[in-house]
Formats: sequence, structure tokens, C-alpha cells
Amino acid sequence: MATLYRAASPDSLIVVPVDLLTAIYHRASGQTHLMASPAPEILEALTEAPLDAAALLVKLRADYDLVDADPAALAARLDELVETGLVERR
Amino acid sequence: MRHVFSVAIGPVGFRVGSDWRGPIAALEQLYASYPKPQDGIADFTVRLFADRPWRRLFRPKVMIGGDFVLPEAAPLSLEHGLLAAEMAMNLQMALGQRRYLLLHASAVERDGKALVMTGLSGAGKSTLAALLMTRGWRLMGDEFALLDPATGLIHAFPRLISLKNEAIAVMESAAPGMFGPLLADTPKGAIRHLVPDTRSVAAMLEPARPALILFPTFGHDAATREVAPSEVFVRLTQASTNYVALAERGFTALTQLVVETPARAIDYPDTESAIAQVEALWASL
Repeated sequence: MATLYRAASPDSLIVVPVDLLTAIYHRASGQTHLMASPAPEILEALTEAPLDAAALLVKLRADYDLVDADPAALAARLDELVETGLVERR
Repeated sequence: MRHVFSVAIGPVGFRVGSDWRGPIAALEQLYASYPKPQDGIADFTVRLFADRPWRRLFRPKVMIGGDFVLPEAAPLSLEHGLLAAEMAMNLQMALGQRRYLLLHASAVERDGKALVMTGLSGAGKSTLAALLMTRGWRLMGDEFALLDPATGLIHAFPRLISLKNEAIAVMESAAPGMFGPLLADTPKGAIRHLVPDTRSVAAMLEPARPALILFPTFGHDAATREVAPSEVFVRLTQASTNYVALAERGFTALTQLVVETPARAIDYPDTESAIAQVEALWASL
């Protein structure tokens, strides 16, 4: 079965778009993150329900008009988000 | 402690105890126009003490102590006792302040709006703030600007202005005010303290809405560039000593500040150019 990804609960995050970058405070870790697109969009897409990488790509394409979405690049972004603790693998 | 002095600087009360009379006498003279802490209760306590009993008298060495201490702090000679007191008071703020987000920045006010200047040591934020004080601005502080997470306002912390090296001569000719003794050969070079003007001390409890954040850099041809809010955010988290300690309150206060307040970086070849650049930017807001 494909790995599922889920974002930290919205209650545990404060998300402030600052300019092209988005500042995110993670209450659970007390850490501040400054993120460029598509990381904030990925977090948003994984909020409602856990998704695997293929389903996430489909959702990002639909929600954000991503025409050149690349599965390898998305996997790399997901790894980074898991590293920060903002996304967990299930 | 044998000798004690207390003072309110902006919203913060200090109590300084010392094994020696000298540093307390200097503080009493230079902070003569400042009020005492409200209800006599100090927020922070500072101690200047001899690390060995005989060091009170023989080649006296001043150790810095207080509510918060740095274990590696080296003692200073008694001639530099005033510097030791100022450093110790700054240290209490840097390590212990929890009510305000502490920005390592100078700040001046005009028409109820605050100009906040930050940058690396030697960028001239202290000198620029002191010079602006002589040109009709109210000095809010040369070292720390206090951002109130509850209101988004900047509170003043107008301690003695700490002039270093070349800045001493610049201000001696620009300001008619009261100076402390010239402290030569300190770990930071030559230092001389300047007392903020009467108006800055009298208005020290009046906060101001931040209107411009400035990153000055000395030593280049005059130039001005915009600084993106995200860059300001990163720089100010680095310029804050208690951002992590304030947690969510710090994050919310700082993101609000950088989103709402324009920011510019200026390069300046000399202080007159810097003043002109600041005035031009302020007029364009």
C-alpha cells in the first residue's frame, strides 16, 4: 500500500503569508518555518484527509493549476516537510 | 550589597547593587533625571561584586551578576565599573525580558511614529539614533526596541547612549548634553556614555506605532533599496534575543510588524548623508 501523508492539524499551526514566502509557526515544536511555494499548498492539500503522493499530485494539479507537476520534485518536497515535522507519514 | 542604586528605564525597573561606591556614583549622576521603579519594585537585579574578598581593594575586578548570568563573563577593571553596570543591565534584558519582544535595534520617534534601525555591530545604528536626537527626533533607545505583542507598538528603552570609538568625537561636537567618563581600552574599544536629552527621558513611557524599519550599512556610496518582508522577518528573528522564549506571541508580533511596516536598507558614506537619506525616506512614507 502506498505511503499516506498527513499535515499537522490546523489547530497546531499559525500560517501567515508574508510575501512570496509564508511564515508558519508550529505550536507542537515551537519552531518557526519560512516556506516557499509549493510547500504551503502541499500543507493545505494534506489538511482535510491523508493522501498518498499520487493522489496529492492530482489534487495539487486540480486546486492550483500545476501544469508541470513533477512526481520526483513532489517526493523531495514531501521528504522536507516530513523532516520539519509539519507532515507525517502513515 | 554595600551600595545600591535603582532606576526605571522605559517600562523596566532595575536595582543595581555594588561592592564599590564608584560605579553607583556614576549611575546616580548620569541617571539623575530618570524616575525610580514604580512602587519601588525592580524587574531586574544586577550585582557588581569582587570575585575574591581582597579584589574589593587590591587591583579591584568587577564581576557581573544578577537574576540572569553568563557563566563565561570576564571581570572588568573598576575604572570600567560603569560599563560593567550597563552591560549587566543589558544582559538582564536580553536574557530575562518576557513581556516585550526585544529587538536589538535603535529607535527614534517623530509625530508619534517610530523609526526602528537595526543591523550588525558597527553599522551605526547607535550613532544615527543619537544624531537624530539632536535634530528634532525623540530618542527611544540606542540598543533595544521593545515590541509589545499585545498592541504592536514600540516601547522606548532610552538607557544611556553607548558611543564607541569614532562615534565619541562625532557626538561630542554634535550634542551639548551630559557625557559620562571616557572609558579607554575596554574590551569593545573606547566607550563614552551620553545621557539622552530631557525630552527623550520625559516621554519614555510613550510608545509609538512603528512606521519604518531601516537597515543601515556604513562605508559605501549612498544607496537605498527595499527589503522584502520575509527578509526583514529573518533578520529580526536573528536580532531578537527572546524571540524563541516568547514563542507564539513573538511569532504573531513579528509577522504583524514585518507585514505592516515598510523596510529599507541604506548604504551611507558619512553620517550627514545618512541623516539626509533618513529624512528623505521619512518624508516619502
